[in-house]
Parts: sequence; structure tokens; C-alpha cells
Amino acid sequence: MAIKPLCHSQKSDLEQGENLGEGASLFFSKWQDERVAKPVLSLNQVTIRFAGDSGDGMQLTGDRFTMDTASLGNDLSTLPNFPAEIRAPQGTLLGVSSFQLHFADHLVQTPGDAPDILVAMNPAALKANIGDLQRGATIIVDKDEFTTRNLTRVGYLQNPLEDGSLESYKIHAVPLTSLTVAALSQLSLSRKEAERSKNMFALGLLTWMYHRPTASTENFLKVKFSKKPEILEANLLAYRTGWNYGETTEDFSVSYEIAPAKMPPGRYRNISGNTAMAYGLIAASQRSGLKLFLGSYPITPASDILHELSKHKKFGVISFQAEDEIAAIGSALGASYGGSLGITTTSGPGVALKSEMIGLGVMLELPLIIIDVQRGGPSTGLPTKTEQADLLQAMFGRNGESPVAVIAPSSPSDCFAIAMEAARIATTYRVPVIILSDGYIANGSEPWKIPEVDSLPDLHVEFAKSQENFQPYLRDPKTLARPWAIPGTKGIEHRIGGLEKADVTGEISYEATNHDLMVRARAAKVAGIEVPNLAVDDPTGEADVLLLGWGSTFGPIASAVEMLRNNGEHIAQAHLRYINPFPRNLGDVLKKYSKVIVPEMNLGQLSMLLRSQYLKDVIGYNMVRGLPFTTSEIVEATMEVLHG
Amino acid sequence: MADITLTKKDFTSDQEVRWCPGCGDYSILSTMQSYLPELGIERENIVFISGIGCSSRFPYYLNTFGMHSIHGRAPTIATGLAISRPDLTIFVVTGDGDALSIGGNHLIHSLRRNIELKILLFNNRIYGLTKGQYSPTSEQGKITKSTPLGSLDTPFNPISLALGAEASFVARTVDSDRKHLTETLRAATAHKGSALIEIYQNCPIFNDGAFDMVTDKETKGGALLQLVHGQPIKSETHGLVHSGASLKVVELASVPESELVVHDAHNPDPAYAFALSRLSSSALDHVPVGVFRDVERSGYGSLVNSQVGEIIAAQGAGDIGKLLNSGDTWSVD
Ligand SMILES: Cc1ncc(C[n+]2csc(CCOP(=O)(O)OP(=O)(O)O)c2C)c(N)n1
Ligand code: SF4
Ligand SMILES: [Mg+2]
Repeated sequence: MAIKPLCHSQKSDLEQGENLGEGASLFFSKWQDERVAKPVLSLNQVTIRFAGDSGDGMQLTGDRFTMDTASLGNDLSTLPNFPAEIRAPQGTLLGVSSFQLHFADHLVQTPGDAPDILVAMNPAALKANIGDLQRGATIIVDKDEFTTRNLTRVGYLQNPLEDGSLESYKIHAVPLTSLTVAALSQLSLSRKEAERSKNMFALGLLTWMYHRPTASTENFLKVKFSKKPEILEANLLAYRTGWNYGETTEDFSVSYEIAPAKMPPGRYRNISGNTAMAYGLIAASQRSGLKLFLGSYPITPASDILHELSKHKKFGVISFQAEDEIAAIGSALGASYGGSLGITTTSGPGVALKSEMIGLGVMLELPLIIIDVQRGGPSTGLPTKTEQADLLQAMFGRNGESPVAVIAPSSPSDCFAIAMEAARIATTYRVPVIILSDGYIANGSEPWKIPEVDSLPDLHVEFAKSQENFQPYLRDPKTLARPWAIPGTKGIEHRIGGLEKADVTGEISYEATNHDLMVRARAAKVAGIEVPNLAVDDPTGEADVLLLGWGSTFGPIASAVEMLRNNGEHIAQAHLRYINPFPRNLGDVLKKYSKVIVPEMNLGQLSMLLRSQYLKDVIGYNMVRGLPFTTSEIVEATMEVLHG
Repeated sequence: MADITLTKKDFTSDQEVRWCPGCGDYSILSTMQSYLPELGIERENIVFISGIGCSSRFPYYLNTFGMHSIHGRAPTIATGLAISRPDLTIFVVTGDGDALSIGGNHLIHSLRRNIELKILLFNNRIYGLTKGQYSPTSEQGKITKSTPLGSLDTPFNPISLALGAEASFVARTVDSDRKHLTETLRAATAHKGSALIEIYQNCPIFNDGAFDMVTDKETKGGALLQLVHGQPIKSETHGLVHSGASLKVVELASVPESELVVHDAHNPDPAYAFALSRLSSSALDHVPVGVFRDVERSGYGSLVNSQVGEIIAAQGAGDIGKLLNSGDTWSVD
């Protein structure tokens, strides 16, 4: 029997697109052709930040601008930044939500240090973000929101638009709300409803300023509001009115073009880390022939992987929302015992709850993938902010000697490959694998060259076959893995559990030498996992200082390295995707450089591992502000080491 | 299935059984080993998953697939296995501490979801493996090592708890009554969704005689109210009658047989089974045994798998190339 869904709001895009609202096609014209002569400047790169109240739709606005930018062929990187509360008090600093996008005609590694242009939908958004701008930056504000009440609410004693305090910036004070409401006056919407389209006005204006195409956003709106023709019309009208505002008013005298970046030929799409992770898991399931079983409990910033996988039941994906984190990983381990690709997704607090079950996975020597999308900790910490402080938890956060594989993606799109790597390691070595993603990678996005399916790794696995005298803990001499012996296979019925096992037979054993042997065997198995050597980027071979990162710090480090080299510095860069085990050549790499700088968004966890394993006194550069490093921070820290 | 002919021996593993002499777990194990051949299911398609506790050693002694997992979490592991492998017959073996204390959350959620699991709750009203602390089913005032002045908390009634969680099959039986235990196992395995069987189990070491009322020849006839579908509910001396909205135990001699409540295990209203569950108190003077409730409700695993099956039937199996190329894409030449 089938359970019919109670709500139909989750229809696929295609279905919804068929039912366009009346009057929608009215606006479906090619605006670009209508441009009148205004000077157009060419730029190499721009960083834009959209900021507003959490109810202002800034994430959506940023997303749309990003998609339109990606399709123009610019390289880009994004940084959404939002409060943990769904609707923090309106108009307060706490409630400010922002979305930053860096796009260029060349390779982009970070979402940009300082925005060139800030769109501030209210005084709170201005106040919360102005400190990040450099003099000369452009600020577009919604003038209508700068009322005495709103100003005093965030501590402005005078209107900054009038008191000269913003003199060193280029200010565009646009009556955004009233223009939007006026444009929508022909529709039978309340003022409140009309005001809600003001983010589309802002998007339209920026779209004009930067010569972005409009068709995809129009299409998007049509699908999104197919059931609400009035709202669709309002959004399309506001979008167009914003565009027209740029085109016609004197306030905006120039617009800008950014040529496409040179990227390797191929088909591209923009992708966030969480989506790439979900796709990588599905690809791993397809390439291994294993059923994908996800057991998960919602938690920011990991929930989107659960949401994404839940959409793809067509691939035979089973997504199970459990009663808690323990049940989530327990179900994944149970599915893995039965021969599925068992996966659980969570963030740091969830990993804490899962620890005991990860230990059982270590003991049972079954494949298991644990995805930790790290956020600020400890405890509930900073749910929507990024951090890398779960590294030691992943490495050691269990009772007993309990080694697991630990790997980390270096960018949003790398999540696809890392998910497939996790599946390879888990199924080949029959061991839990922890993937350390983080909030920045999870929500950030970048263009991704879509791989050919045939080029994806073959992840085929063999289960134990029917046989006599089956030995559940007889190890493969090469991988040290035990057989993956699933129920339903005749003749190999056997019992496993969390109690220590006798070597080979897997029977319960409390024998002293056996325990020592098994502890070492499990450690040797993980230490012996095959991982690629660490590649070092040292073009001149003259560098004496190495910048070594892991996880999401790749972008800021790479862009700092580029800047340093442009300034004539010799600097080497390497990035760890494999943390347990480390690449075999890591010790040699560390030896080769007299100084090794390790930037991390924690208080020095990778540094601690490197010091203890290689006796190398690396130099930590550590910040835990809930935000990724900026390029200039790493440049400065490196200059300090280079030149004192 | 007639061609599968297995015997008790086929289901007995080569492991030495390590419970204390006289432990009620022995008779449950032996009854189970005798019963399994009757199921007509190959050994490789049967899985026993347990938590931690004396009772949770059970899987080691059965020559099927088995997993001795971690404290309280067996239902979670069994849930993942049941959903992903609907071809298997899965038993969960758990104790009163394992199921009702550390694992209480998982027990209620697997029952409400109606996961296709047969959950055997060995209730000895004590923590056996950790040497005798009181448990969530210990009677109030219980003196143990951790409660030298008597325990203060109100115990759980596992049957009431399961019914409160909307369990579709709930039964109670006693370790030493092989016949009744076998009948109960038969009914539970015939049921499609979750089945919870509470088994009163004597722990001669730390809680000896806890169930004497229902096992002693002298008292059991009067204490055990037999729940048999379609039959009046009675013990040898007492019977059950309606009393307002509730149920009442009366002496058999005091009412004509026709006034006794006739048991309806398939009653859709859980209030009926709940009222039955409230008859037993810690004193065990009137204890209903048998199947309290056995109603049809779709099993969660089968719902999950048909949802997947239906979408594939309607839209075809997923194409990974198409998925990767979905959304806004562009080409660079
Ligand atoms: C996480 C964890 N906490 C505590 C224990 C210790 N422990 C083992 S069994 C048990 C209680 C067992 O009681 P019960 O479930 O009633 O099983 P019985 O031994 O009575 O059959 C406890 C507390 C453990 N193994 N794991
Ligand atoms: S302690 Fe009690 S329950 Fe545990 S094996 Fe001994 S008798 Fe059985
Ligand atoms: Mg017990």
C-alpha cells in the first residue's frame, strides 16, 4: 500500500513549470536589447555582498545572482552568512543575513575579502557590514528604511546617509521600498505583500549594473510562484523595475562587464558543498551497485544533504529520518551489515552522540560513512557559522583505541569526489570513514565541471560467498580487511559484536595477547589505507616556507599564495585531503621546508597531529570567528613568518 | 516452505552458554531453538540483534546471523537492516534496562513506526550483567546495591508503554512456560509489523523469585489471566468483567461465565488492550498473559520500499548522468 503525501508543495520543477501564472509571459521579454547608451566599464573581478533582515530574502537574492553569474562563465565563490534564528527580531543587528559573491574573469578561490559593493536593505545591515568595506566601496541602501525608529534601534544617533560619516564611500540611497510599492500599485496586493518584492528590485538593479542575463531568474520565479500568479507578477514587476531604475536614472551612470573566465572546456554547473556531497554519495551507490541507506537526524548545517538525498528515491536511495543521532547511525550501521552503503550525516554535536556506535563500527569492521559538517562549537556553539574544530573529535573522540579514516574536502565541488573516496575506503577496508566538511564548504558554491559518468571510479565490491568453515575475522593479506559477510548468504551464518574478537574466528575472546594483536591489527589496517601522496605546489623550487592546510582553508590559502608570488615571494603550498592516514610522503614534505605554516579555523588541531607524528614544530595560524580566513589575513601571517 | 527441514540442533551454535545456573534465559533459549525450525525459514535469512545485558548474549547461542551490539541500541541497528533487507526475519533481544532505560527512545520509535521486528524483552526486573542494580521495571521500594534504602521511582509497565507507542502487536509470556512461550512466538512471527513480547524472566542471582506468583504451581493458576482471542478472559479462580468504562477482576464464582469479557486481540481501539495492561501490578496477583493486541498496520519497511518502488515505476530508475547535468548548466569550449 502507498502513503500519499499530505502536502504537494514538493512537486518537481518540471511539473510546476507547466502551470504558469496568467500575465507572466508579459514580462518574459529580452530586456538586454533595450539598453540605451550608458558607459560600460570592464572589470576583472567584483565582490558583492547582499545584506538585509533575515526576512528580506537575501539568500535567495544572492543565489539568483550567483546562478546568473555562473551561466555567464565567470568563475565564482560564495559565502552565505545568516543567523541561527529563523526570524531574529526584525531590523536588529542580530537579524542581519548576508550573502557574498566573488566573481571574476579568472580563477576564483575565495568569496572575496572586502566587498566592492554592499547592498544594505536597512540600517542594521549597513551597520553590521560597513566595517568590512574599504574606502571607495559602493553602497546601495534602501533609503526608505532609514527612519528614526530603525536608526535608533541599531544605535545610530544620526542618519549616516546625511551626517557625512559615509563620505569616503560611493553611496546610492535608493527609495527601494517605495519604488517597489509604487510599481506594484496596479496589482491588488496589500502594502506589506508588495514590500516583500523589494529584494527582486535590488536584484534587478544589480543585474542591470553587471550585465547579468535575466531569463533564468524569470524562469525560476515562474516555477517558484506558479501557484500564486499575483505574487509571481509582483516579483517579475519588481525585478524589471529595479533593472529599469538602473537603466533610466542618473544615479547610476555606468554599468560593468566582467568577461568569462578561462576554464577547461566542458559542461559546467554551479554547485554547493552539500549538494555535491549528496551527488557524490548517489554516484558512489551507482558505481558500487550498493543500495544507498542514509540514516540522519536534522542539524544545521548538514540537513541539506538529508533533504537532497530524500529527493532522489528514483536511485533506490533510502533516506531515514531517525529519532536521534544514535538511531541515525545505528540504522546506517545495520544497513551496512546487510550489504548497503550505510551513511549518516550530522554536525559536531551529532558526532558526539554517535561516538559509541562509531566504536562498534570499528569493532565490527563494517563499512560506514559519517559526514560531519562542522560548525562553531563547543556545545550548540554557532550553528550557522563555520569552524574546523572537530578534527580531534573525529580522530580520537571514542573510547579505546578506535581508529577510523578521516578525510576532508577542500572546496564545495570537491565534496563530490570526497564522497566517492569515502565509499572506496569504507568498502575496501571495512572501516568507518569520517568526512569533515564544514559550514563554509556546505553552503558556499562554485562552478563545477561536470564529470563524465564513465570516468567515475569503479567501486565494485565483493561480499563473502557461501562456503564451509567460514572465518569472519580472517583478514585479506593486502588490505587487512575482514570479509563483508551479509545475512542471506548460506553457510556463513556467524555472530559478531562489540566484545573483543578472537583473531580469524571472530569468537569472543578476553585473552590478553589476542586483544593486543587485534588492537594493533585494527590500527594497522587504517594506517595502511592507500591514499595518494601529498602534492606540493612549489613552482620555483626555491621556497623555504610551506603553507599547509586541510579542508575548507584551501581557497584562502591558494589565493594568498598567488598574491605572495605576484609580489615576488617564494612560497610552497600543499593541502591535506587525507588526515587519517596522512599521505605517506608527508614526513618528507615537512622535512623539506624549514618553516611550515598551518592555518586552521581552530586552536591548532592539525598542528598538534603534525607535531606528535613528525616531531615538526609547525607554526599554527589560528582563528575561530565562525568565518573563513580572508586572503589578506593569510598573506600577512605568512609575511610575518617570511620577513619577521 | 515444506522443503526446509531443520531441527533444533541446526539452530544451536557451538558456543558454550555462559548464563548462571538456573537463569531463566536458558529456557527461553531452548524454547527458541526448538521453535525456529517450525518457522520454515533458512538459517541464513534469520538475524538476531541484541543490546547489552545478560539477556543480550542470546544471539551467540543461535546458529543464525547475529549481532551483539551496544547498550540500548539494538532496535536502531535492526531498523536499518529491516528497511534495507525486507527479505530477512529479524529478532531483537533486549533486557528491561536495555529496552526501557538506555534504549527507551528507540523502543518506542520502532514500535510507533511499526518496523518489521520481533522484539523479545527479557524482563527480570533487575540489571543482571552489572550485578544487581534496580531497573525501570523494579517495584517501588526495591532494595538493591544502588538503592539500599529502597528505590523511589515508579516502574514502567512495558505492555502499557508499548501500547502507548501504538504498537501493533503486544504480548506477555513467562520464561518457564515453554508451551505458552512457543504459542506467543508463533503469533508474533505471524504478525507483519513490530511485535513486542515481554517475557518474565527469573534471575536467580540478583532477583530470585520475582515471578514466583506466576510460576509457582500453588499460585499461578489463580494469578494468570489467559488472553486467548475469542475466549472469555479468566484464570482458574478469577475472571474479567466490564466495570463502567474499565475492566475488573472478580471471583469466577461470583458471575455467570456469560458476563466475562471475551478477548478481542484485534480490537482496533487501543484503549481496550491498555485497560488489560493496567490489571497487572507489581504484586502480580492478576497478570494477563498472551496476546494483548494484534492489529494490522502497514510495516514501515514495506512502506519505504513501496514508495521507492512506485517512484521508479512511475518515472523510471534514476540516471546519474542526467542528475549531474540537471539545473542551470553551461558549456565552455
Ligand atoms: C553505554 C553503556 N552504559 C552502561 C553499560 C553497563 N551495562 C551493561 S548491561 C547493563 C544493564 C543490563 O540490564 P538489563 O538490560 O535489564 O539486562 P540483564 O542483564 O538484566 O539481562 C548496564 C547498565 C554499558 N554496557 N554500556
Ligand atoms: S545474573 Fe541473573 S540474569 Fe544474568 S545470567 Fe545470572 S541469573 Fe541470568
Ligand atoms: Mg534485566
